[in-house]
Amino acid sequence: MRIPYRPLAIGLVTLAFSALILARAQAGDRHFFAPVTDPVVKEECGSCHLAFAPSMLPARSWQRMMGKLDNHFGDNASLDPATAEKITSYLVANAGDAGGQRYSSKLLKGVATGAAPQRITELPKWVSEHRKVPDWEWRHKEVRTKANCVACHTAAEQGYYEE
Amino acid sequence: MKNILVVTSGIVAMILSTATLAGPREDLLAQYAAVAKVTSLSAARGQTLHTQNFSGGKPDTPSCTTCHGKDTRGAGRTLTGKTIEPVAVSVTPTRYTDPAKVEKWFKRNCTEVLGRECTPQEKGDWLTFVIGQ
Ligand code: HEC
Ligand code: HEC
Ligand code: HEC
Repeated sequence: MRIPYRPLAIGLVTLAFSALILARAQAGDRHFFAPVTDPVVKEECGSCHLAFAPSMLPARSWQRMMGKLDNHFGDNASLDPATAEKITSYLVANAGDAGGQRYSSKLLKGVATGAAPQRITELPKWVSEHRKVPDWEWRHKEVRTKANCVACHTAAEQGYYEE
Repeated sequence: MKNILVVTSGIVAMILSTATLAGPREDLLAQYAAVAKVTSLSAARGQTLHTQNFSGGKPDTPSCTTCHGKDTRGAGRTLTGKTIEPVAVSVTPTRYTDPAKVEKWFKRNCTEVLGRECTPQEKGDWLTFVIGQ
């Protein structure tokens, strides 16, 4: 009996290869920040603005933010304690410095250890990525604020931040 | 005084128990009317509340329409660019069916716009307005 193992081997190699590429496209793309999947977080942190990807800030940032929701950038975003606790756990577990989040930590480059920045838009890396964006573009009526990522990154809801 | 309180809460409880036969929106309306001690809520007053410019709240959000838009059947938009589904029940039938959600947003948004919480009557009027839209 002759087994046609050459085509089989080629098939296997191709399969392994495409799996590799797929995995890289999902995890390794530096433009990709896994979007919020938890429905409660999506609802409570995604109705005033885009539900920002938890991997964009370190865990201590989220802890600090969640501790003062009654004054959230001038808004009152308070929640009942049980919901707030649930959301905090999710954000912390998926934070930029949580295990395995190698790529998003690039956005955290230059953040002092121990610091708890409250704005993604003030991270040194974010600022440098956006240094070429002209002033008038920020003031455009469809943009209005730097926090309005979706205005420029149309696939931000899906986690993609290429232009 | 105590007696009056007991009687009132008795009436409220009665209204509430009959209202549970209807949907959650009708429940809410009955509750607001009962607490406000009024027999009728007004869509016209609700419309005024919705479109009026207030000066007591934050300068960049003088009115409900700042975020919810002038057209109740059209989508709104927050200042941070997030789209808001229309407030009119005819267009967004799932609206105002979760009392905790309704209360949470009344509290936040009235504070933003009026600089204080809305009264039960104001809430009932506003709901009556958008339910009829
Ligand atoms: C009531 C509305 C509201 C809710 C609810 C809300 N936010 Fe915000 N958030 C704001 C406003 C307003 C800003 C400031 C936006 C700006 O600068 O234009 C903001 C800013 C932010 C920023 C900083 C954006 C930047 O500039 O980098 C983060 C991060 C954030 N919110 C996270 C959250 C999280 C997490 C939750 C859920 C617990 C939440 N928000 C819920 C209104 C809200
Ligand atoms: C006014 C438009 C605008 C807004 C608003 C905006 N960005 Fe950007 N962003 C850009 C442009 C343009 C680039 C590309 C810069 C380049 O490639 O040189 C960019 C690049 C990026 C990158 C780097 C992607 C890469 O190529 O590696 C990230 C990450 C990013 N933005 C995240 C965000 C986040 C998060 C927000 C909201 C908090 C946001 N941006 C808001 C215009 C914008
Ligand atoms: C700063 C922007 C903003 C302003 C101003 C604003 N709202 Fe809202 N409102 C929102 C957002 C965001 C939501 C939640 C998203 C959603 O329900 O689609 C919401 C939701 C609501 C809800 C809950 C809807 C539901 O389905 O349960 C009510 C009630 C409400 N708003 C009433 C008002 C009233 C009354 C005013 C004026 C006094 C007002 N809002 C002004 C942004 C705003």
